[in-house]
Amino acid sequence: MREKILSLLETNSRIDLADLAAMLGLTEAEVANEIALMEKENIICGYHTMINWDNTSSEKVSALIEVSVTPHRGLGFDKMAERIYQYDEVSSVYLMSGTFDFTVLIEGRTMKDIAYFVSDKLSPMDGIVRCATHFVLKKYKDHGTILVDTKSDERMLVSP
Amino acid sequence: MREPLNKKVQEIQPSGIRKFFDIVSEMDDVLSLGVGEPDFDTPWHIRDEGIYSLEKGRTFYTSNSGLKELRQEICNYLERRCHVSYNLENVFITVGGSEAIDLAIRAMIDPGDEVIIPQPCYVSYLPCTILADGVPVAIYLKEENQFRLTAEELEAAITPKSKVLILPFPNNPTGAIMSREDLEAIREVILRHDLFVISDEIYSELTYSGEHVTIASLPDMKERTILINGFSKAYAMTGWRLGYAAAPKHILDQMVKIHQFAIMCAPTTSQYAAIEALRNGDRDVAKMRESYDQRRRFLMTTFKEMGIDCFEPYGAFYVFPNISRFGLSSDEFATRLLQEERVAVVPGTAFGDCGEGFLRISYAYSLDALKKALERMDRFIKKLEQEKA
Repeated sequence: MREKILSLLETNSRIDLADLAAMLGLTEAEVANEIALMEKENIICGYHTMINWDNTSSEKVSALIEVSVTPHRGLGFDKMAERIYQYDEVSSVYLMSGTFDFTVLIEGRTMKDIAYFVSDKLSPMDGIVRCATHFVLKKYKDHGTILVDTKSDERMLVSP
Repeated sequence: MREPLNKKVQEIQPSGIRKFFDIVSEMDDVLSLGVGEPDFDTPWHIRDEGIYSLEKGRTFYTSNSGLKELRQEICNYLERRCHVSYNLENVFITVGGSEAIDLAIRAMIDPGDEVIIPQPCYVSYLPCTILADGVPVAIYLKEENQFRLTAEELEAAITPKSKVLILPFPNNPTGAIMSREDLEAIREVILRHDLFVISDEIYSELTYSGEHVTIASLPDMKERTILINGFSKAYAMTGWRLGYAAAPKHILDQMVKIHQFAIMCAPTTSQYAAIEALRNGDRDVAKMRESYDQRRRFLMTTFKEMGIDCFEPYGAFYVFPNISRFGLSSDEFATRLLQEERVAVVPGTAFGDCGEGFLRISYAYSLDALKKALERMDRFIKKLEQEKA
Protein backbone atom coordinates (compact mmCIF):
# COMPACT_ATOMS: atom_id res chain seq x y z
CA MET A 1 0.00 0.00 0.00
CA ARG A 2 2.81 2.38 0.91
CA GLU A 3 4.43 1.94 -2.44
CA LYS A 4 1.18 2.85 -4.21
CA ILE A 5 0.63 5.92 -2.06
CA LEU A 6 4.20 7.00 -2.68
CA SER A 7 4.11 6.57 -6.41
CA LEU A 8 0.93 8.62 -6.64
CA LEU A 9 2.35 11.35 -4.40
CA GLU A 10 5.59 11.33 -6.31
CA THR A 11 3.83 12.48 -9.46
CA ASN A 12 1.36 14.78 -7.72
CA SER A 13 2.04 15.81 -4.15
CA ARG A 14 -1.03 18.05 -4.18
CA ILE A 15 -3.42 15.21 -4.86
CA ASP A 16 -6.62 15.39 -2.83
CA LEU A 17 -6.67 13.03 0.12
CA ALA A 18 -10.19 11.93 -0.83
CA ASP A 19 -9.12 11.17 -4.41
CA LEU A 20 -6.10 9.27 -3.21
CA ALA A 21 -8.25 7.17 -0.89
CA ALA A 22 -10.82 6.49 -3.63
CA MET A 23 -8.16 5.48 -6.13
CA LEU A 24 -6.58 3.01 -3.74
CA GLY A 25 -9.83 1.66 -2.33
CA LEU A 26 -8.95 2.85 1.19
CA THR A 27 -10.55 5.25 3.64
CA GLU A 28 -9.28 8.79 3.97
CA ALA A 29 -8.27 8.11 7.55
CA GLU A 30 -6.16 5.11 6.52
CA VAL A 31 -4.34 7.09 3.87
CA ALA A 32 -3.82 10.11 6.13
CA ASN A 33 -2.49 7.90 8.86
CA GLU A 34 -0.07 6.13 6.55
CA ILE A 35 1.20 9.41 5.13
CA ALA A 36 1.72 10.82 8.62
CA LEU A 37 3.70 7.72 9.56
CA MET A 38 5.87 7.97 6.47
CA GLU A 39 6.55 11.61 7.20
CA LYS A 40 7.61 10.68 10.70
CA GLU A 41 9.83 7.87 9.44
CA ASN A 42 11.48 10.28 7.04
CA ILE A 43 10.29 8.27 4.04
CA ILE A 44 8.39 11.30 2.81
CA CYS A 45 10.96 14.05 3.23
CA GLY A 46 9.10 16.98 1.70
CA TYR A 47 6.62 18.19 -0.90
CA HIS A 48 8.35 20.15 -3.59
CA THR A 49 7.16 21.93 -6.67
CA MET A 50 8.53 21.05 -10.07
CA ILE A 51 9.46 24.35 -11.69
CA ASN A 52 10.76 24.90 -15.16
CA TRP A 53 12.86 27.97 -14.43
CA ASP A 54 13.72 28.29 -18.10
CA ASN A 55 10.16 29.46 -18.67
CA THR A 56 10.44 32.26 -16.11
CA SER A 57 12.26 35.55 -16.40
CA SER A 58 14.61 34.76 -13.54
CA GLU A 59 18.10 33.70 -14.54
CA LYS A 60 19.39 30.49 -13.06
CA VAL A 61 22.47 28.51 -13.80
CA SER A 62 23.04 24.98 -12.71
CA ALA A 63 26.04 22.74 -12.87
CA LEU A 64 27.02 19.17 -12.17
CA ILE A 65 30.38 18.76 -10.47
CA GLU A 66 32.27 15.51 -10.38
CA VAL A 67 34.24 15.48 -7.17
CA SER A 68 37.09 13.13 -6.23
CA VAL A 69 38.20 13.00 -2.62
CA THR A 70 40.72 11.23 -0.41
CA PRO A 71 38.89 10.27 2.69
CA HIS A 72 41.18 10.84 5.68
CA ARG A 73 41.31 8.67 8.73
CA GLY A 74 38.17 9.21 10.75
CA LEU A 75 36.79 11.32 7.98
CA GLY A 76 34.89 8.90 5.70
CA PHE A 77 32.76 9.69 2.68
CA ASP A 78 29.77 10.57 4.83
CA LYS A 79 31.73 13.21 6.66
CA MET A 80 33.09 14.62 3.40
CA ALA A 81 29.59 14.68 1.95
CA GLU A 82 28.33 16.54 4.97
CA ARG A 83 30.88 19.28 4.51
CA ILE A 84 29.67 19.68 0.95
CA TYR A 85 25.91 19.39 1.35
CA GLN A 86 25.75 21.98 4.11
CA TYR A 87 26.17 24.73 1.52
CA ASP A 88 22.83 26.25 0.52
CA GLU A 89 23.75 26.47 -3.15
CA VAL A 90 24.23 22.72 -3.32
CA SER A 91 20.95 21.07 -4.31
CA SER A 92 22.00 17.40 -4.44
CA VAL A 93 24.97 15.28 -3.41
CA TYR A 94 25.32 11.63 -4.42
CA LEU A 95 28.09 9.14 -3.64
CA MET A 96 28.99 7.42 -6.89
CA SER A 97 30.54 4.20 -8.06
CA GLY A 98 33.15 4.56 -10.80
CA THR A 99 35.97 6.97 -11.51
CA PHE A 100 34.98 9.79 -9.17
CA ASP A 101 33.32 9.89 -5.77
CA PHE A 102 30.58 12.50 -5.53
CA THR A 103 28.16 14.07 -7.94
CA VAL A 104 27.33 17.53 -6.67
CA LEU A 105 24.46 19.42 -8.25
CA ILE A 106 24.62 23.12 -7.68
CA GLU A 107 22.43 26.05 -8.56
CA GLY A 108 23.43 29.69 -8.72
CA ARG A 109 22.19 32.92 -10.16
CA THR A 110 25.15 33.39 -12.47
CA MET A 111 28.05 31.42 -13.81
CA LYS A 112 30.27 33.58 -11.64
CA ASP A 113 28.42 32.40 -8.52
CA ILE A 114 29.17 28.82 -9.38
CA ALA A 115 32.75 29.52 -10.39
CA TYR A 116 33.26 31.26 -7.06
CA PHE A 117 31.81 28.33 -5.14
CA VAL A 118 34.04 25.82 -6.91
CA SER A 119 37.25 27.83 -6.72
CA ASP A 120 36.83 29.33 -3.27
CA LYS A 121 34.79 26.80 -1.32
CA LEU A 122 34.84 23.36 -2.83
CA SER A 123 38.32 22.96 -4.35
CA PRO A 124 40.29 24.23 -1.34
CA MET A 125 38.39 21.95 1.04
CA ASP A 126 40.60 19.41 2.81
CA GLY A 127 40.50 16.02 1.17
CA ILE A 128 39.20 17.22 -2.20
CA VAL A 129 41.47 15.98 -4.96
CA ARG A 130 39.75 17.04 -8.12
CA CYS A 131 36.62 18.87 -9.29
CA ALA A 132 35.27 18.72 -12.83
CA THR A 133 32.50 21.25 -13.34
CA HIS A 134 29.91 20.78 -16.10
CA PHE A 135 27.42 23.54 -16.72
CA VAL A 136 23.89 22.56 -17.69
CA LEU A 137 22.94 24.03 -21.05
CA LYS A 138 19.34 22.85 -21.30
CA LYS A 139 17.04 20.71 -19.22
CA TYR A 140 14.88 18.28 -21.16
CA LYS A 141 13.55 16.10 -18.41
CA ASP A 142 13.73 16.38 -14.65
CA HIS A 143 12.37 14.07 -11.98
CA GLY A 144 10.49 12.01 -14.55
CA THR A 145 8.82 15.03 -16.08
CA ILE A 146 9.52 16.10 -19.63
CA LEU A 147 10.08 19.87 -19.59
CA VAL A 148 10.16 20.59 -23.30
CA ASP A 149 7.08 20.30 -25.56
CA THR A 150 3.77 19.72 -23.84
CA LYS A 151 1.55 17.11 -25.44
CA SER A 152 -2.12 17.46 -26.18
CA ASP A 153 -4.66 14.65 -26.41
CA GLU A 154 -4.75 13.76 -30.09
CA ARG A 155 -7.34 11.05 -29.84
CA MET A 156 -10.69 11.42 -31.55
CA LEU A 157 -13.30 12.65 -29.11
CA VAL A 158 -15.55 9.65 -29.52
CA SER A 159 -14.58 6.21 -30.80
CA PRO A 160 -15.93 2.68 -30.48
CA MET B 1 -27.20 5.11 -64.35
CA ARG B 2 -27.65 1.74 -62.73
CA GLU B 3 -27.75 1.34 -58.95
CA PRO B 4 -24.07 0.93 -58.09
CA LEU B 5 -24.52 -0.36 -54.57
CA ASN B 6 -24.88 -3.69 -52.91
CA LYS B 7 -28.20 -4.00 -51.07
CA LYS B 8 -26.78 -5.75 -48.05
CA VAL B 9 -24.23 -3.03 -47.47
CA GLN B 10 -26.80 -0.29 -47.87
CA GLU B 11 -29.03 -1.87 -45.30
CA ILE B 12 -26.34 -1.88 -42.64
CA GLN B 13 -26.84 0.98 -40.20
CA PRO B 14 -23.81 3.17 -39.61
CA SER B 15 -22.46 2.83 -36.07
CA GLY B 16 -24.39 4.84 -33.47
CA ILE B 17 -21.06 6.17 -32.30
CA ARG B 18 -20.47 7.74 -35.67
CA LYS B 19 -23.60 9.87 -35.35
CA PHE B 20 -22.46 11.11 -31.99
CA PHE B 21 -18.98 11.78 -33.24
CA ASP B 22 -20.39 14.05 -35.92
CA ILE B 23 -22.20 16.20 -33.34
CA VAL B 24 -19.20 16.35 -31.00
CA SER B 25 -16.73 17.38 -33.66
CA GLU B 26 -18.85 20.46 -34.41
CA MET B 27 -18.50 21.72 -30.83
CA ASP B 28 -15.77 23.50 -28.90
CA ASP B 29 -14.64 23.05 -25.33
CA VAL B 30 -15.90 19.50 -25.09
CA LEU B 31 -14.60 17.28 -22.31
CA SER B 32 -14.79 13.81 -23.69
CA LEU B 33 -15.23 10.56 -21.82
CA GLY B 34 -16.05 8.89 -25.07
CA VAL B 35 -12.94 7.25 -26.42
CA GLY B 36 -12.31 3.56 -26.76
CA GLU B 37 -8.54 3.68 -26.62
CA PRO B 38 -5.80 4.09 -24.00
CA ASP B 39 -4.59 7.54 -23.01
CA PHE B 40 -0.99 6.33 -22.72
CA ASP B 41 1.54 6.61 -25.49
CA THR B 42 3.00 3.34 -26.69
CA PRO B 43 5.95 2.68 -24.33
CA TRP B 44 9.09 4.16 -25.82
CA HIS B 45 11.12 0.96 -26.04
CA ILE B 46 8.38 -0.48 -28.24
CA ARG B 47 8.19 2.61 -30.45
CA ASP B 48 11.97 2.57 -30.67
CA GLU B 49 11.95 -0.97 -32.06
CA GLY B 50 9.48 0.16 -34.71
CA ILE B 51 11.77 3.05 -35.64
CA TYR B 52 14.80 0.77 -35.64
CA SER B 53 13.09 -1.65 -38.01
CA LEU B 54 12.54 1.24 -40.41
CA GLU B 55 16.16 2.33 -40.08
CA LYS B 56 17.25 -1.18 -40.92
CA GLY B 57 15.10 -0.99 -44.04
CA ARG B 58 12.65 -3.67 -42.99
CA THR B 59 10.02 -2.22 -45.24
CA PHE B 60 8.91 -5.33 -47.12
CA TYR B 61 5.91 -7.64 -46.84
CA THR B 62 6.11 -10.37 -44.27
CA SER B 63 4.60 -13.80 -44.92
CA ASN B 64 0.80 -13.78 -44.93
CA SER B 65 0.67 -15.22 -41.45
CA GLY B 66 3.13 -12.70 -40.09
CA LEU B 67 6.68 -12.88 -38.77
CA LYS B 68 7.58 -16.26 -37.36
CA GLU B 69 9.40 -14.62 -34.46
CA LEU B 70 6.31 -12.67 -33.50
CA ARG B 71 4.04 -15.71 -33.77
CA GLN B 72 6.44 -17.61 -31.54
CA GLU B 73 6.33 -14.79 -28.98
CA ILE B 74 2.54 -14.90 -29.10
CA CYS B 75 2.60 -18.65 -28.41
CA ASN B 76 4.91 -18.00 -25.45
CA TYR B 77 2.69 -15.20 -24.23
CA LEU B 78 -0.51 -17.27 -24.41
CA GLU B 79 1.22 -20.03 -22.50
CA ARG B 80 2.60 -17.61 -19.91
CA ARG B 81 -0.47 -15.43 -19.36
CA CYS B 82 -3.43 -17.58 -20.39
CA HIS B 83 -2.13 -21.11 -19.73
CA VAL B 84 -3.06 -22.41 -23.13
CA SER B 85 -0.56 -23.93 -25.58
CA TYR B 86 -0.57 -23.18 -29.26
CA ASN B 87 1.91 -24.04 -31.99
CA LEU B 88 3.16 -21.68 -34.67
CA GLU B 89 0.66 -23.13 -37.14
CA ASN B 90 -2.22 -22.09 -34.84
CA VAL B 91 -1.40 -18.38 -34.77
CA PHE B 92 -1.49 -15.63 -37.34
CA ILE B 93 -1.18 -11.87 -37.32
CA THR B 94 -4.00 -9.56 -38.39
CA VAL B 95 -4.63 -5.86 -38.84
CA GLY B 96 -6.04 -5.29 -35.37
CA GLY B 97 -8.37 -7.60 -33.51
CA SER B 98 -11.20 -6.28 -35.69
CA GLU B 99 -9.82 -7.92 -38.83
CA ALA B 100 -9.60 -11.21 -37.00
CA ILE B 101 -13.26 -10.92 -35.95
CA ASP B 102 -14.34 -10.33 -39.53
CA LEU B 103 -12.20 -13.19 -40.87
CA ALA B 104 -13.35 -15.66 -38.24
CA ILE B 105 -17.00 -14.98 -39.03
CA ARG B 106 -16.44 -15.11 -42.78
CA ALA B 107 -14.42 -18.32 -42.55
CA MET B 108 -17.11 -20.16 -40.60
CA ILE B 109 -20.51 -18.85 -41.57
CA ASP B 110 -22.64 -20.17 -44.43
CA PRO B 111 -25.78 -18.27 -45.46
CA GLY B 112 -28.44 -18.72 -42.82
CA ASP B 113 -26.11 -19.87 -40.04
CA GLU B 114 -26.86 -18.15 -36.79
CA VAL B 115 -24.28 -16.18 -34.86
CA ILE B 116 -25.14 -15.63 -31.22
CA ILE B 117 -24.10 -12.16 -30.09
CA PRO B 118 -24.38 -11.18 -26.44
CA GLN B 119 -25.22 -7.48 -26.22
CA PRO B 120 -24.35 -4.78 -25.31
CA CYS B 121 -21.14 -5.34 -27.21
CA TYR B 122 -18.58 -3.87 -29.56
CA VAL B 123 -20.11 -2.54 -32.74
CA SER B 124 -18.61 -4.82 -35.39
CA TYR B 125 -19.96 -8.32 -34.68
CA LEU B 126 -23.40 -7.63 -36.06
CA PRO B 127 -22.48 -5.99 -39.39
CA CYS B 128 -19.71 -8.55 -39.98
CA THR B 129 -22.28 -11.33 -39.51
CA ILE B 130 -24.70 -9.69 -41.92
CA LEU B 131 -21.97 -9.15 -44.51
CA ALA B 132 -21.18 -12.86 -44.27
CA ASP B 133 -24.87 -13.70 -44.87
CA GLY B 134 -25.15 -15.01 -41.35
CA VAL B 135 -28.09 -14.36 -39.08
CA PRO B 136 -27.28 -12.44 -35.91
CA VAL B 137 -29.12 -13.60 -32.81
CA ALA B 138 -28.81 -11.18 -29.91
CA ILE B 139 -28.77 -12.14 -26.27
CA TYR B 140 -29.64 -9.20 -24.05
CA LEU B 141 -27.27 -9.39 -21.12
CA LYS B 142 -28.65 -8.15 -17.84
CA GLU B 143 -27.35 -5.70 -15.30
CA GLU B 144 -28.55 -7.95 -12.47
CA ASN B 145 -26.10 -10.59 -13.76
CA GLN B 146 -23.33 -7.98 -13.94
CA PHE B 147 -23.70 -8.29 -17.72
CA ARG B 148 -22.22 -11.78 -17.73
CA LEU B 149 -23.52 -14.44 -20.09
CA THR B 150 -25.33 -17.20 -18.20
CA ALA B 151 -25.89 -20.78 -19.33
CA GLU B 152 -29.67 -20.26 -19.27
CA GLU B 153 -29.48 -17.20 -21.50
CA LEU B 154 -27.27 -19.05 -23.96
CA GLU B 155 -29.48 -22.15 -23.96
CA ALA B 156 -32.55 -20.02 -24.68
CA ALA B 157 -30.92 -18.43 -27.74
CA ILE B 158 -29.92 -21.68 -29.40
CA THR B 159 -31.76 -23.06 -32.45
CA PRO B 160 -30.79 -25.87 -34.84
CA LYS B 161 -29.10 -23.19 -36.98
CA SER B 162 -26.87 -21.81 -34.23
CA LYS B 163 -23.23 -22.18 -35.17
CA VAL B 164 -21.03 -19.56 -33.59
CA LEU B 165 -21.07 -17.80 -30.23
CA ILE B 166 -19.27 -14.48 -29.94
CA LEU B 167 -17.77 -14.17 -26.48
CA PRO B 168 -16.62 -10.57 -25.90
CA PHE B 169 -15.10 -10.44 -22.42
CA PRO B 170 -13.74 -8.32 -20.76
CA ASN B 171 -16.51 -6.39 -22.39
CA ASN B 172 -16.69 -3.13 -24.24
CA PRO B 173 -18.95 -1.23 -23.27
CA THR B 174 -19.95 -2.73 -19.92
CA GLY B 175 -16.56 -3.63 -18.43
CA ALA B 176 -18.01 -7.03 -17.45
CA ILE B 177 -15.75 -10.06 -17.15
CA MET B 178 -16.39 -13.80 -17.09
CA SER B 179 -14.77 -15.75 -14.28
CA ARG B 180 -13.65 -19.36 -14.63
CA GLU B 181 -16.93 -20.54 -13.03
CA ASP B 182 -18.99 -18.39 -15.42
CA LEU B 183 -17.11 -19.88 -18.38
CA GLU B 184 -17.46 -23.43 -17.09
CA ALA B 185 -21.22 -22.97 -16.89
CA ILE B 186 -21.55 -21.93 -20.53
CA ARG B 187 -18.95 -24.45 -21.70
CA GLU B 188 -21.32 -27.29 -21.02
CA VAL B 189 -24.00 -25.68 -23.25
CA ILE B 190 -21.48 -24.95 -26.00
CA LEU B 191 -20.29 -28.55 -26.10
CA ARG B 192 -23.78 -30.03 -25.97
CA HIS B 193 -24.91 -27.94 -28.94
CA ASP B 194 -21.66 -28.29 -30.85
CA LEU B 195 -21.09 -24.52 -31.12
CA PHE B 196 -17.91 -22.70 -32.04
CA VAL B 197 -16.67 -19.73 -30.06
CA ILE B 198 -15.11 -16.51 -31.29
CA SER B 199 -13.58 -15.23 -28.10
CA ASP B 200 -12.67 -11.56 -28.41
CA GLU B 201 -10.19 -11.04 -25.59
CA ILE B 202 -8.69 -7.72 -26.68
CA TYR B 203 -9.09 -6.33 -23.13
CA SER B 204 -7.72 -9.45 -21.41
CA GLU B 205 -4.80 -7.62 -19.81
CA LEU B 206 -7.15 -5.05 -18.31
CA THR B 207 -8.72 -7.29 -15.70
CA TYR B 208 -8.83 -5.97 -12.15
CA SER B 209 -9.94 -8.94 -10.10
CA GLY B 210 -7.44 -11.73 -10.45
CA GLU B 211 -6.26 -13.28 -13.67
CA HIS B 212 -8.09 -13.24 -16.96
CA VAL B 213 -9.32 -16.71 -17.93
CA THR B 214 -9.70 -17.65 -21.59
CA ILE B 215 -12.38 -20.14 -22.50
CA ALA B 216 -9.80 -21.84 -24.75
CA SER B 217 -8.03 -23.08 -21.63
CA LEU B 218 -11.04 -25.13 -20.49
CA PRO B 219 -11.14 -28.84 -21.44
CA ASP B 220 -12.20 -29.61 -25.03
CA MET B 221 -12.59 -25.92 -25.84
CA LYS B 222 -9.39 -25.17 -27.74
CA GLU B 223 -10.65 -27.28 -30.65
CA ARG B 224 -13.70 -25.06 -31.06
CA THR B 225 -12.41 -21.62 -30.09
CA ILE B 226 -10.98 -18.82 -32.17
CA LEU B 227 -9.11 -16.76 -29.63
CA ILE B 228 -8.68 -13.16 -30.73
CA ASN B 229 -6.40 -10.67 -29.07
CA GLY B 230 -4.10 -7.82 -30.04
CA PHE B 231 -1.78 -5.08 -28.97
CA SER B 232 -4.06 -2.03 -28.99
CA LYS B 233 -5.35 -2.06 -25.44
CA ALA B 234 -2.67 -3.90 -23.48
CA TYR B 235 0.28 -2.00 -24.93
CA ALA B 236 -1.48 1.21 -25.94
CA MET B 237 -0.82 0.49 -29.62
CA THR B 238 -4.15 1.30 -31.28
CA GLY B 239 -2.67 3.18 -34.22
CA TRP B 240 -0.25 0.35 -35.06
CA ARG B 241 -3.22 -1.79 -36.11
CA LEU B 242 -2.03 -5.15 -34.93
CA GLY B 243 -3.92 -8.14 -33.62
CA TYR B 244 -3.89 -11.89 -33.89
CA ALA B 245 -5.99 -15.00 -33.89
CA ALA B 246 -5.16 -18.37 -32.35
CA ALA B 247 -7.31 -21.23 -33.58
CA PRO B 248 -7.41 -24.84 -34.75
CA LYS B 249 -5.32 -25.15 -37.92
CA HIS B 250 -8.16 -26.07 -40.28
CA ILE B 251 -10.09 -22.92 -39.32
CA LEU B 252 -7.05 -20.68 -39.23
CA ASP B 253 -5.94 -21.78 -42.71
CA GLN B 254 -9.22 -20.55 -44.17
CA MET B 255 -8.92 -17.25 -42.31
CA VAL B 256 -5.39 -16.79 -43.65
CA LYS B 257 -6.71 -17.46 -47.14
CA ILE B 258 -9.12 -14.51 -46.96
CA HIS B 259 -6.45 -12.40 -45.27
CA GLN B 260 -3.90 -13.08 -48.03
CA PHE B 261 -6.24 -11.86 -50.73
CA ALA B 262 -7.72 -8.91 -48.86
CA ILE B 263 -4.80 -7.66 -46.78
CA MET B 264 -1.64 -9.53 -47.76
CA CYS B 265 0.03 -9.08 -44.38
CA ALA B 266 -0.15 -6.92 -41.29
CA PRO B 267 2.14 -3.84 -41.21
CA THR B 268 5.78 -4.96 -40.97
CA THR B 269 6.92 -2.09 -38.72
CA SER B 270 4.16 -2.86 -36.26
CA GLN B 271 5.11 -6.53 -36.20
CA TYR B 272 8.70 -5.73 -35.21
CA ALA B 273 7.50 -3.36 -32.51
CA ALA B 274 5.12 -6.02 -31.23
CA ILE B 275 7.96 -8.53 -30.74
CA GLU B 276 9.55 -6.06 -28.33
CA ALA B 277 6.19 -5.51 -26.62
CA LEU B 278 5.79 -9.21 -25.89
CA ARG B 279 9.40 -9.73 -24.86
CA ASN B 280 9.85 -6.75 -22.59
CA GLY B 281 6.44 -5.17 -22.08
CA ASP B 282 5.00 -7.01 -19.07
CA ARG B 283 6.00 -4.24 -16.70
CA ASP B 284 4.45 -1.54 -18.83
CA VAL B 285 1.22 -3.48 -18.93
CA ALA B 286 1.20 -3.91 -15.15
CA LYS B 287 1.81 -0.20 -14.65
CA MET B 288 -0.97 0.85 -16.99
CA ARG B 289 -3.35 -1.71 -15.48
CA GLU B 290 -2.70 -0.31 -12.01
CA SER B 291 -3.34 3.19 -13.25
CA TYR B 292 -6.65 2.22 -14.91
CA ASP B 293 -7.67 0.36 -11.79
CA GLN B 294 -7.08 3.46 -9.65
CA ARG B 295 -9.21 5.56 -11.93
CA ARG B 296 -11.88 2.85 -12.02
CA ARG B 297 -12.10 2.93 -8.23
CA PHE B 298 -12.17 6.70 -8.23
CA LEU B 299 -15.05 6.70 -10.70
CA MET B 300 -17.05 4.14 -8.73
CA THR B 301 -16.61 6.15 -5.53
CA THR B 302 -17.59 9.39 -7.21
CA PHE B 303 -20.66 7.84 -8.85
CA LYS B 304 -21.81 6.61 -5.49
CA GLU B 305 -21.47 10.13 -4.08
CA MET B 306 -23.34 11.55 -7.06
CA GLY B 307 -26.14 9.02 -6.67
CA ILE B 308 -25.58 7.31 -10.02
CA ASP B 309 -26.32 3.58 -10.04
CA CYS B 310 -23.55 1.53 -11.51
CA PHE B 311 -22.60 -2.11 -11.14
CA GLU B 312 -18.89 -2.49 -10.45
CA PRO B 313 -17.05 -3.58 -13.59
CA TYR B 314 -13.77 -5.47 -13.31
CA GLY B 315 -12.48 -5.26 -16.86
CA ALA B 316 -11.58 -3.01 -19.81
CA PHE B 317 -11.64 0.76 -19.14
CA TYR B 318 -15.32 1.49 -19.16
CA VAL B 319 -18.07 1.89 -16.65
CA PHE B 320 -21.69 1.44 -17.70
CA PRO B 321 -23.89 3.43 -15.32
CA ASN B 322 -27.65 3.04 -15.24
CA ILE B 323 -29.31 6.40 -15.87
CA SER B 324 -32.88 5.19 -16.32
CA ARG B 325 -34.09 6.87 -13.13
CA PHE B 326 -33.67 10.29 -14.70
CA GLY B 327 -36.50 9.59 -17.10
CA LEU B 328 -34.50 10.28 -20.26
CA SER B 329 -33.48 7.83 -22.94
CA SER B 330 -29.75 7.14 -23.28
CA ASP B 331 -29.65 9.18 -26.42
CA GLU B 332 -31.50 12.14 -24.87
CA PHE B 333 -29.33 12.03 -21.78
CA ALA B 334 -26.08 11.92 -23.76
CA THR B 335 -27.23 14.61 -26.19
CA ARG B 336 -28.34 16.99 -23.45
CA LEU B 337 -25.21 16.33 -21.40
CA LEU B 338 -23.21 17.26 -24.44
CA GLN B 339 -25.21 20.36 -25.34
CA GLU B 340 -25.72 21.70 -21.84
CA GLU B 341 -22.47 20.76 -20.14
CA ARG B 342 -20.14 19.93 -23.03
CA VAL B 343 -19.36 16.43 -21.80
CA ALA B 344 -19.25 13.65 -24.38
CA VAL B 345 -20.22 10.13 -23.37
CA VAL B 346 -21.59 7.37 -25.56
CA PRO B 347 -25.26 6.30 -25.21
CA GLY B 348 -25.58 2.63 -24.30
CA THR B 349 -27.80 2.06 -27.32
CA ALA B 350 -24.77 2.45 -29.60
CA PHE B 351 -23.85 -1.07 -28.45
CA GLY B 352 -27.23 -2.71 -28.99
CA ASP B 353 -30.86 -1.99 -28.14
CA CYS B 354 -30.50 -3.44 -24.66
CA GLY B 355 -28.05 -0.64 -23.86
CA GLU B 356 -31.08 1.62 -23.41
CA GLY B 357 -30.98 3.27 -20.02
CA PHE B 358 -27.19 3.14 -19.81
CA LEU B 359 -24.16 5.21 -20.78
CA ARG B 360 -20.66 4.12 -21.64
CA ILE B 361 -18.09 6.19 -19.81
CA SER B 362 -14.44 5.63 -20.56
CA TYR B 363 -11.82 6.18 -17.89
CA ALA B 364 -8.89 6.22 -20.25
CA TYR B 365 -8.33 9.82 -19.11
CA SER B 366 -6.18 11.58 -16.57
CA LEU B 367 -7.56 12.02 -13.08
CA ASP B 368 -7.85 15.76 -13.70
CA ALA B 369 -9.88 15.29 -16.85
CA LEU B 370 -12.14 12.78 -15.12
CA LYS B 371 -12.72 15.12 -12.20
CA LYS B 372 -13.60 18.06 -14.39
CA ALA B 373 -15.99 16.03 -16.51
CA LEU B 374 -17.66 14.49 -13.45
CA GLU B 375 -18.16 17.92 -11.90
CA ARG B 376 -20.03 19.00 -14.99
CA MET B 377 -21.99 15.78 -14.99
CA ASP B 378 -22.94 16.30 -11.37
CA ARG B 379 -24.27 19.76 -12.19
CA PHE B 380 -26.29 18.28 -15.05
CA ILE B 381 -27.81 15.60 -12.84
CA LYS B 382 -28.81 18.15 -10.21
CA LYS B 383 -30.54 20.10 -12.93
CA LEU B 384 -32.41 17.00 -14.08
CA GLU B 385 -33.51 16.31 -10.54
CA GLN B 386 -34.81 19.86 -10.18
CA GLU B 387 -36.73 19.55 -13.42
CA LYS B 388 -38.40 16.42 -12.15
CA ALA B 389 -39.28 17.89 -8.76
